[in-house]
Amino acid sequence: MTRIPTLMMVFAYLSLLTFGGGMAAYPELETLTVDVYHWLTQPELIHLYSVGQTAPGPNMMMVTAIGERVAGALGALAVLVAFLGPTAVITLVIGRLWRRLEGWPWRDAIQRGLEPVSVGLVIGGCISLARGALTGWVAIAIAIAVFAVVLRTRINPTLLVLGAAVVGLIASVR
Amino acid sequence: MTEPSGVTPRPSPVSVGEIFRVFLLLGATSFGGGVVAYLRNSLVGRHRWLDDTSFVELLSISQTLPGLNATNMAVLVGDRLRGTGGAIAAICGICLPGALVMFVVGLLYGQHGGRPVVSAMLHGVAAAAVGLVSAVSLQIGRRSLGRLADVGFVALSILGVHALHLPVPAVLVGVGALAIWWHRPRIP
Repeated sequence: MTRIPTLMMVFAYLSLLTFGGGMAAYPELETLTVDVYHWLTQPELIHLYSVGQTAPGPNMMMVTAIGERVAGALGALAVLVAFLGPTAVITLVIGRLWRRLEGWPWRDAIQRGLEPVSVGLVIGGCISLARGALTGWVAIAIAIAVFAVVLRTRINPTLLVLGAAVVGLIASVR
Repeated sequence: MTEPSGVTPRPSPVSVGEIFRVFLLLGATSFGGGVVAYLRNSLVGRHRWLDDTSFVELLSISQTLPGLNATNMAVLVGDRLRGTGGAIAAICGICLPGALVMFVVGLLYGQHGGRPVVSAMLHGVAAAAVGLVSAVSLQIGRRSLGRLADVGFVALSILGVHALHLPVPAVLVGVGALAIWWHRPRIP
């Protein structure tokens, strides 16, 4: 129970870093939940994060799984509110101001400037995840195969992930 | 009657309950990086709540601000349709299914995550997730990767996080300020 205020502060902070998508916050997510607060181990985080990519809806709903692991149902709810609330308020306010900012020359500059930075942060997040998840040649082969198939076809990625689970299982038996 | 621009005139205004239902369905049926395509099909195509120009405008706001693209879009569209109540209904609807699924995953993981079979499968899932998020990131980043100066800012951000081990906010502020200054308004 005493962990709930800390959980909320951590996830409210993380939400403010999600420029370009949840992936941008991944390096800080790992640092805070694994190294600083020891809420879970790095493999546990990677497992939950990866399963979260196959869940329906926005791709960061895995934060509720961390909240659940740390402080049960209340923890899950607290984390979700903390992770969604701050950015929702910012978006609501700036969304209403947006039209009025039309004549302001810096609006375009901010938008164009933040774009490459958020792309870089998202790629940085992918690198962090890859460092933890690609522990052997089977994993590397799966990642390359999924990467290529997602870029070249319109197949539902969830099917690919299920396939990868089977490959992981077979590889462990051999 | 003057409609706020961007909202296609409809015989009756969209109710908060209707917004919640549509976004709940989106939250239950859309997946990962493709969520924008689902939003467009539903909001512009099926329900005609937005025209394509407004959709693109709201999407560009979503991508500039912190927050997930899908939840930012939900807030912006909900607000345009029915004010703050609409925004709350939309974000709750789109998040609820995935949040419930991941809550159950958290519970199950606590009970069975240590089993070798589960671990082996999740090892495969994690590898697939790396491929998936990399592909989606590349698709999103393609535009920035086409301009030389922006490639520089992308590279600087990656170096900041991984070579210099700077915290993400430091990179965001430092490289962000540099990139905004580079794109600053020029006096003609």
